[in-house]
Amino acid sequence: MNQPQADVARHLDAAQFEAGQVSAGRLEHVLRRGEFAVTAELDPPDSADPKDVFDRATLFGSAVDAINATDGSGANCHMSSVAMCALLIRAGYEPILQISCRDYNRIAIQGNVLGAAAMGVSNVLCLTGDGVQAGDHPEAKPVFDLDSVSLLGAIKRMRDERMFLSGRKITSPPRLFLGAAENPFAPPFEFRPLRLAKKVAAGAQFVQTQFCFDVPMLRAFMERIRDLGIDQSCYILVGTGPLSSVRTARWMRRHVPGVHIPDSVIARLEGARDQRAEGRQLCIEIIQEVREIPGVAGVHVMAYRQTQFVPEIVHESGVLKGRAGGMHCPAIGASSD
Amino acid sequence: MPSALYAFEPTGRRAGNRVGAARRSWSVRHARLLEFLYCRFERVLIASGLVLRWIGFDRLEAPVASIERAVKGALFDCRMCGQCILSSTGMSCPMNCPKGLRNGPCGGVRPDGRCEIDAEMPCVWVMAWEGSLRMRCGDRIRQPQIPIDHRLKERSSWLAVSRGEHALDGGESGS
Ligand code: SF4
Repeated sequence: MNQPQADVARHLDAAQFEAGQVSAGRLEHVLRRGEFAVTAELDPPDSADPKDVFDRATLFGSAVDAINATDGSGANCHMSSVAMCALLIRAGYEPILQISCRDYNRIAIQGNVLGAAAMGVSNVLCLTGDGVQAGDHPEAKPVFDLDSVSLLGAIKRMRDERMFLSGRKITSPPRLFLGAAENPFAPPFEFRPLRLAKKVAAGAQFVQTQFCFDVPMLRAFMERIRDLGIDQSCYILVGTGPLSSVRTARWMRRHVPGVHIPDSVIARLEGARDQRAEGRQLCIEIIQEVREIPGVAGVHVMAYRQTQFVPEIVHESGVLKGRAGGMHCPAIGASSD
Repeated sequence: MPSALYAFEPTGRRAGNRVGAARRSWSVRHARLLEFLYCRFERVLIASGLVLRWIGFDRLEAPVASIERAVKGALFDCRMCGQCILSSTGMSCPMNCPKGLRNGPCGGVRPDGRCEIDAEMPCVWVMAWEGSLRMRCGDRIRQPQIPIDHRLKERSSWLAVSRGEHALDGGESGS
């Protein structure tokens, strides 16, 4: 009766490592070449002005390989991920489309996927999404028609089998590099790696983790990931980010679902003269430590309201090893209306 | 309308959670026994397929669904999704997850193992993992589940099993 185990294993073997690149994107290319990849999250604007997106993207300079266009993160309403992706592409950046199951049913999601791919999106991150209670519209109807695993399966099917979930044909399939999220720092800890295996079996090719402030905990997680061979069929990007103050750290601990900040980090910030600088230093150190863990393929920087420090953090950590990240085209990015 | 009381809807906090949570924790603690009983029961269902067909599945739907609702409601705090996967979820009904997740926990589970959305409720999937560790075929928790079919809501999954449409364990091959 170990049918399920066999299932997962079969999918892991059939990973598309040798089969060549599925997308036309830079992120997949960088990862396949074995470079240490850097992605970062863009603060989504609360406006209808494209300039707000361009201005924020410019801050990343040449420090990142791809930019996550968040999708109502924290269940707060902002400019949509698809629209931000389209704008970022227009300005010469490589975006990662985020889809959260909270807000759309399978009809809306599949339509969005086709539209995004048509506009040149190469990467998509499949998320469950925070509950509506966490955001600015707690009275909204949560959808959750699919979950992140079945969402991955649906898009994989669109891409590889050229059909919708309904079985209806797609004439020109979306060429997408599929991503998922995982939180190694939330219970049930022993189940987390198996859940990631499920996501990989369903189609995930890269993973971005929740904020890592606890490197020993991540090491334990990665050990299990290597035991299961997951790192062989999926690129793992570890989530990091600078804490701006001990107050923010405490607030995040209490209010952001799934964020684990150990007491030692709180104490270190508290004891620092310049908490903001200490937060950045901590982030740099974590990136450097994480980079040494076998199976880690990159980092994902989430610097909410501190985007301007991302290039500094990435360059000081030395992970790019002199290579320039980014698809930054200053000509378009800076002069766009 | 009684069905509204039981219908699964991923709408966050729901009244009656406390009693339900107590039931669910009982069923997870007895996952091994329930698994054994369920396997037996499944065989009976499959074996009686012909007889049930002769009586007429349509005619049986309403009465069987209400028995199923009563029994599984009491045992598992079941939400009658109509496509039962209890054997793949450590006997913890996944439709009690406010996000309706059928493939594992979200990333928001609190450090104490309680739900991101309802801080009073233990995460359905933390319980599912504990239950699956007690079960003989607990490995089924690793099997990816297909998207839910919302048309089957409120219908009997027992009858679906005896019609041969799916197995009680949610697996394609049955047990
Ligand atoms: S914490 Fe657990 S029960 Fe709550 S929404 Fe997430 S997966 Fe569902």
